[in-house]
Amino acid sequence: MKKRFPFTAPRDLGAAKDGVHHWWMQRLTAIALVPLGIWFTTSVVLLRGSSYETVTVWVGNPIVAVLLLLTIGALFYHLKLGLQVIVEDYIHAKLMKFACLIASDFLNIVLGLICIFAVLKVAL
Amino acid sequence: MDPSDRPLSPHIQIYKPQLTSVLSIMHRISGFGLGIGALLLTYWLISIAAGPSQFETAQNLLGSWVGICLLIAWSFGFFFHLCNGVRHLFWDAGKGYELKNVYATGWLVVLISFVCVGLVWFVVYSRWSV
Repeated sequence: MKKRFPFTAPRDLGAAKDGVHHWWMQRLTAIALVPLGIWFTTSVVLLRGSSYETVTVWVGNPIVAVLLLLTIGALFYHLKLGLQVIVEDYIHAKLMKFACLIASDFLNIVLGLICIFAVLKVAL
Repeated sequence: MDPSDRPLSPHIQIYKPQLTSVLSIMHRISGFGLGIGALLLTYWLISIAAGPSQFETAQNLLGSWVGICLLIAWSFGFFFHLCNGVRHLFWDAGKGYELKNVYATGWLVVLISFVCVGLVWFVVYSRWSV
């Protein structure tokens, strides 16, 4: 067997450390958002001008509530990944870059949770 | 010279805009716009949870001319990002890379986006409802 020094073998995924996870989750959420986005947009178009009661009954329907939660989860995850790439591409000053990345992640988590809370409050 | 002041390649200001490059940057811009739209979605859901009067306020705001303008912009951003996103998914699968197909699908995305936006706003302003 050929002698091979351990330091000649690849040890990790390089400087980026990972990347497939980001790529995969962006595609996974994108695929999920195709039917969910069409469903949501169609729904709000059909709900236009509806009374408060109609809208709350709609949100309170178990299937609708679950679909809304799925949409919210996929949307804010997809948005987090997209905003991250935009920040990484255009903001190069280190401090500003990390400030934007942190702010973007916090904002997406907070907004996502607010949306989830609002749906659950109406549905439960 | 400060490194941040150095000219960057590609020098996009001297590039002739092409369908491919325009749609590419439009995908990012529409994605960012939809992110702002997510704020609107959050506000709308909060208003439903907050009660009838807050919902009424939100509906009036969204139904005002400013609200309608934002929603038209949002609907265009949504359908464009959706169609072009599907185009990207096909590329991810290794399909549609021939230059003629890249242009054909590009124009198809533009066409379908306009048709969907038109359809949505036709339904919105038609009397037909469920």
